Amino acid sequence: MAGTEAPRVEAVRLSRFEQLPWRRIILVILGIVVIGVVAVGATRTLTLAKADGGYSAGAWRDFVVQGAAQGAIFAMIALGYSLVYGILRMINFAHGEVFMAGAFGSFFFADAYEKSGFLDRDPILALAIITAVAVGISVGTAVLLERLAYRPLRNAPRLVPLITAIGASLFLQNTFRGFFGPQPYGYPKPVVLAGNITVLGVPVQRIQLLVLVVAVICMTVLQWFVSTTTTGRSMRAVAQDREIASLMGINVDRVIVITFAIGGVLAGIAGVLYSLTFEQVQFTMGFRPGIAAFTSAVLGGIGSIGGAALGGFVIGLLQAVGPPLILTGFGIPSVFSLRDAFVFLVLVLVLVFRPGGLLGTGEAEKV
Amino acid sequence: MTRGNGPPGLAKPGWDVIVTLDPRGTEKKGGFMNHRSWLKAFALVAVLSIVAAACSNDTGGNNTGNGGVDCATVEFGCVEVGADEAINLGAAQVISGADSTLGQDQVNAINLALDYLDGTFDQKNGTLLDHPVKLTVEDELCSAEGGQTAGTALAADSSIVAVIGTSCSSAALGVADKLLGDKGILLISGSNTSPALTDPKLHNPFYARTAHNDRIQGAIVAEFALDAGQLGAKTAATIADESPYTQGLVGAFEANFEAGGGTLTGSEQVNSEDTDFKPVLRSLAEQKPDVLYFPIFVAACTLIIKQAAEIMPDTTLIVSDGCLSSDTLKNAGKAADGVWASSPDLSAFQTDEFYSGEFIPAYKAAFGSDPLSVFHAHAYDATNVVFDAIKKVAIKNDDGSLSIPRQELRDAVFATSGYKGVTGTITCLPTGDCATDVKIGLFLAPGWPVEGGKGDTSAKYTDTKSLDDVL
Repeated sequence: MAGTEAPRVEAVRLSRFEQLPWRRIILVILGIVVIGVVAVGATRTLTLAKADGGYSAGAWRDFVVQGAAQGAIFAMIALGYSLVYGILRMINFAHGEVFMAGAFGSFFFADAYEKSGFLDRDPILALAIITAVAVGISVGTAVLLERLAYRPLRNAPRLVPLITAIGASLFLQNTFRGFFGPQPYGYPKPVVLAGNITVLGVPVQRIQLLVLVVAVICMTVLQWFVSTTTTGRSMRAVAQDREIASLMGINVDRVIVITFAIGGVLAGIAGVLYSLTFEQVQFTMGFRPGIAAFTSAVLGGIGSIGGAALGGFVIGLLQAVGPPLILTGFGIPSVFSLRDAFVFLVLVLVLVFRPGGLLGTGEAEKV
Repeated sequence: MTRGNGPPGLAKPGWDVIVTLDPRGTEKKGGFMNHRSWLKAFALVAVLSIVAAACSNDTGGNNTGNGGVDCATVEFGCVEVGADEAINLGAAQVISGADSTLGQDQVNAINLALDYLDGTFDQKNGTLLDHPVKLTVEDELCSAEGGQTAGTALAADSSIVAVIGTSCSSAALGVADKLLGDKGILLISGSNTSPALTDPKLHNPFYARTAHNDRIQGAIVAEFALDAGQLGAKTAATIADESPYTQGLVGAFEANFEAGGGTLTGSEQVNSEDTDFKPVLRSLAEQKPDVLYFPIFVAACTLIIKQAAEIMPDTTLIVSDGCLSSDTLKNAGKAADGVWASSPDLSAFQTDEFYSGEFIPAYKAAFGSDPLSVFHAHAYDATNVVFDAIKKVAIKNDDGSLSIPRQELRDAVFATSGYKGVTGTITCLPTGDCATDVKIGLFLAPGWPVEGGKGDTSAKYTDTKSLDDVL
């Protein structure tokens, strides 16, 4: 070949126009527009007269409680997504079906207990057993998934376990459909959980209160576990750097199984709470909450426990409080028809400003 | 093709030697697969024969029969039914999922119509023009995707004479009606009620229905709600989902409610797959409507009934036939008591000797239960209308085969006038609506006319209207 000289580089002079920090300018303008829309919408809604479609204080209280209760369930499922992502850098799309498996499995015990009257005679023991069954089935499903679907693909390119997860999700859905049929089953609710209870002057449904209390306890226990115990520290170590952790003597395989198991425990508990709230189980019940939980995990910062919890509550509150608060002010006639659009728009905006999620590092991470 | 150095040890590339691949690597591997040229020819023949089979039509044959119809040249051709073959009737119904009772009920009715071809319900099918009739059922899943799949499957089968379906309007509108209409296959429904399907702007010429148009049902529900002797409601709120069935009903209800002097306080839309309706209901509850009308399907409607019982206990709930199912009563339990459901009033033909004396007992004997839903009689009538039309237009060939011209079959169905069916008099309009005077009844749970309904299951309010009476 001819010459071995290095190509000549010449300094290119940028024009004034090109020198401006365009990305930052666009972000700032976008931020101002968003804040403006939110502020205008919210003010107009809050100043609307009752007759024109305004909401009373009681309505806002109810929206917040409903949103928080939904958000608590999303948060518990989202923790499963975040934990697995932190350890394996992989989104476990089948986690929604882990949730469904636990709920569905516990249905048979719940139904039997209701028919025999045990559920109302001794609700605490009955619910404990039902939850234990749900947790057992969810953990079993999660661990089996890890062993059969994900472990063989530990070193495969990132996309392969992703597709496998989607396949596993469809497999589980259709297995349950094949065994139990496509129709919804009515899930019993013990009498003690029916009706309202007044907490600090706010009337709350008893089941909503139970959901919030259980979710907060679970997340606190998880936080304690991960930060204090040896296994928790091993999990954090494996999440930081798998190879070095194994060099330090940590049994990486065992830690990964424990992570999936913990995700399964939370999903199982969430499954029972969800079934008690909606009194219905069906083979498709894992799909929508799974997507909502995945969105929550991403919104809060995928891989982070606090992020998953925060993201869950944020998504829950957004979908209950957002449309009435912001969209009513603009005179839109059917605000809840735009609920999903609103929630995902917020997700996109959050990721535009903080690509790593709310509690992420502020930088994007490729999945 | 690059001409670099060829594989080492072989002839050097030159103008007369074109090196493609190293022949040493292709020796002795695969055994059977070694005979590549033979294999290529075989594969080519196999592919061509599959393509030829898929593309072949039964519309060969020049049968110019009595009607002077030349099957080879007439648009959409004829269905050729061989001398020993069965007439293939198609059905696109929802037979799985939460709404399966709606479709299964109609499939049962179609089977009863096949049975009655010999004049009695003896669980042995009769014959039509000396040919047996067979039923090909496709699942339309009560959705546009299902309608697409079912429509494609049935349209591809050129032996299908006509299709009884779909169950849900969402599977028909712009999907199954277009797929089948493009092939000239008549689609006649016993349960599609969305006004959009027979709207002059959207109507497909090969689509008809024996079920009512929901503009009538929505109007009667609004009338019931406003009636001072009934609910006497002044304010109402509605919840719709994304399906054309719901949109049609809610639209008709709202128009007639406001025209009758009522006030609409809220009109929300949800997804049929949602589970959490509490914020929507709480939002609508703010204005304290007297009535909440949510004519959606079983899965979502059961959840709304349960959640509304806690959030808006003083509002009267009204649903329509999409929710009128045994599954709703079972899953909603006590919360369903006091919910009104509008539906075609079958008591009109319950006094009919044929319906109560022969049809219902035959249904119970053949399928082991009371009818699962309310459109079985409409599907039965639709099937018989098609059979009558086949009898009118089929050309009997000398060899015992039949040629059924598609366009003529469609025209014969649309020319149906004054036909006495189980559901009443059937006269088809050019836009596809064949049910004339429609009687809609309102039923109060738990007294719903389905499996699991308790107490008095007759309609508490009925009215009969035709399309000209409503907005």
